[in-house]
Amino acid sequence: MNLDLRLDGSGDFYARKFQPDLRKDRLILNMGPQHPSTHGVLRILLEVDGEYIVRAEPVLGYVHRMQEKMGEIRTYPQYLPNMGRVDYLHALAWNWAYVGAVERLMGIEVPPRAEFIRVITCELNRIKSHLLWWGAYLLDLGAFTPIMYAFADRERLMDILQRITGSRLTFCYYRFGGVSTDVDQRFIQEVRAFCHDFDERLKTFTDLVTDNVILRSRVEEVGEITPEVCRDYGATGPVLRGSGVGYDVRRAEPYSVYPRLDFQIPVYDQCDALARYLVRMDEMRQSVTIVLQALDALPPGDHIHPLAPRRPCPPPGDVYFSVESARGQVGVHLVSDGGESPYRVKLRSPSFSNLSLLADVAEGSLISDAVSTLGSLDLVIPEIDR
Amino acid sequence: MMDIFPTQLIVVLAGLAAIMAFVGLNGLVLVYLERKVAGFIQRRPGPYEVGPYGLLQPLADGLKLVGKQMFTPACADKWLYWLAPILSLAPVPVALLAIPFGPNLQVLDINVGLVLILAFIGLNVLAICLAGWSSQNKYALLGAARNISQSVAYEIPLLLSVLPIVFITGTLNLYEISAGQGAWPWQWHILTQPVAFVIYFICALAETNRAPFDLPEAESELTAGFHTEYSGMGFGVFFLAEYAYMIIACSVAAVLFLGGWNGPGAAGWWWFLAKVYFLLIVMMFFRWTYPRVRFDQLLNLCWKWLIPLATINLLITALVIAL
Repeated sequence: MNLDLRLDGSGDFYARKFQPDLRKDRLILNMGPQHPSTHGVLRILLEVDGEYIVRAEPVLGYVHRMQEKMGEIRTYPQYLPNMGRVDYLHALAWNWAYVGAVERLMGIEVPPRAEFIRVITCELNRIKSHLLWWGAYLLDLGAFTPIMYAFADRERLMDILQRITGSRLTFCYYRFGGVSTDVDQRFIQEVRAFCHDFDERLKTFTDLVTDNVILRSRVEEVGEITPEVCRDYGATGPVLRGSGVGYDVRRAEPYSVYPRLDFQIPVYDQCDALARYLVRMDEMRQSVTIVLQALDALPPGDHIHPLAPRRPCPPPGDVYFSVESARGQVGVHLVSDGGESPYRVKLRSPSFSNLSLLADVAEGSLISDAVSTLGSLDLVIPEIDR
Repeated sequence: MMDIFPTQLIVVLAGLAAIMAFVGLNGLVLVYLERKVAGFIQRRPGPYEVGPYGLLQPLADGLKLVGKQMFTPACADKWLYWLAPILSLAPVPVALLAIPFGPNLQVLDINVGLVLILAFIGLNVLAICLAGWSSQNKYALLGAARNISQSVAYEIPLLLSVLPIVFITGTLNLYEISAGQGAWPWQWHILTQPVAFVIYFICALAETNRAPFDLPEAESELTAGFHTEYSGMGFGVFFLAEYAYMIIACSVAAVLFLGGWNGPGAAGWWWFLAKVYFLLIVMMFFRWTYPRVRFDQLLNLCWKWLIPLATINLLITALVIAL
């Protein structure tokens, strides 16, 4: 029986390139692309010494769908649905980044009502995304129940958004110059009721899970990411804010009506998984505040600019528009040659940068800690591969 | 006829058959109970489609497992690979032989009952080690390695927490330990040995690989741990064995600390089963409530807290008895 468990000779291109060269008693562990804690088809090659990770290397591209190339061969409106599929958990942020880029390039004005509707729906989507992360992360840590609690609230949000946007997950709601459908009184009532109940729910989550001693020991001082590492890899979002840097696109490069709303940017400087956890929990609370303010300030008027072009042909030039998604800075760089479809679309996805630092952080940690760190980065694999 | 088959042998064989039936039946009940408890905690109905209240769900699950292909990985050591699940379940009936279910319901009344049980449940480590080793799968190997260090570590406080009861009663005979306790909760050993009970219960969770100590099969880290490669009844037998070990661990706890079959009103096997099932449900609540601990934390808990605490408890008990 061959008990040499190293992948010598066998394995694919990446595995062969990843051979241990110094010591023979180390194990190459192929984590993924089918692994319960990588949430999708992420693959990480690990060189482990016992349970300690010596080297880690993410292997990407298993759901590469040529999103950027598709942008070049489709007209501007045809490319809209793609945005919901880049990051399916916070689809509206990508919606926004794309329509925002086109609007900026063409100088389309967005009616105030549409801006507020965008803020409300985008923040609801952020809560939805964070809820799923919360459940899935605790599943990674071996707690089976929280995801059911998270899904109860997530389900409610999906029902609310479905009636307005027409979809439950991969939204395609924003249009150049506004949103596709106006919100009605029932939507406003439902969102208010949700916000009211959700405050209580967040307290329950904190009592049941956040203060649990086993959870604390699994996330405290685990996966420490220094601000320098964040800067090196371009990490943004809760990962960066968990490292003590208060960078949020909604504040740093304000867009839409965010400057008119009063909200905090939660920042924790412990740099560990718990800090990122708490940032997201606080962000959900902040999103509720934003939604309530936006509902109060929701002005009457058009939900889409009456003169918004249905088949836009932006003037030649290039533009960059970025928004804050649940995972960090989402950016769309658009180059137009004046035609009906973009000359080039570059998507800047936060998950890609956030994943890249894993190799650095996982080195020397236990496999369990690497799983905890990986979960705390809140990755969406289609967004990484695009 | 009686010369060829001594009465003792017939009793033991009949007992073994009854015990296997008991284990199988309890396996079904526990699968159902586990899913209903999970449903209760997660605020969903749990199984309710198959049969009235979903009562036939475990049967359907079992049928599904039986119907599946028995898959052997290409590089696996075939003999060891299929020996492992059998070896995992084999010690179960032996361990259950010595447990007094009721005043007149014990297969083997021997004076080393406790030692017999502790010795035989230790064999499970070997089975899991073989499963992990022979699967030729790295996750399985890591799971097996975790299981060995975990079981070896937790065996010590387990023994240390059982010994005070032996000191108090002066016997290893489970029947006598049961009979020595009264009908009411304040006459049970849990009152005099609460620390030992808590330590025993924590160790029992770790020994039976139940959450939050289910590291050998931590699915978010090691996919399925030692039984990653097992399909169909290979997995099914491991699954049944896990439940059987839970029953054994809870039965021993009921005998040692909770008065065995004694209870207010009429004493009998119903009290014993009630206590065992109470402990099993507590175990299930743990599983569906807590996150999993990390491996080093698991061992730290054992070496830094449980072993010293159990030792001190044992010494104090010994001193009190000596005085």
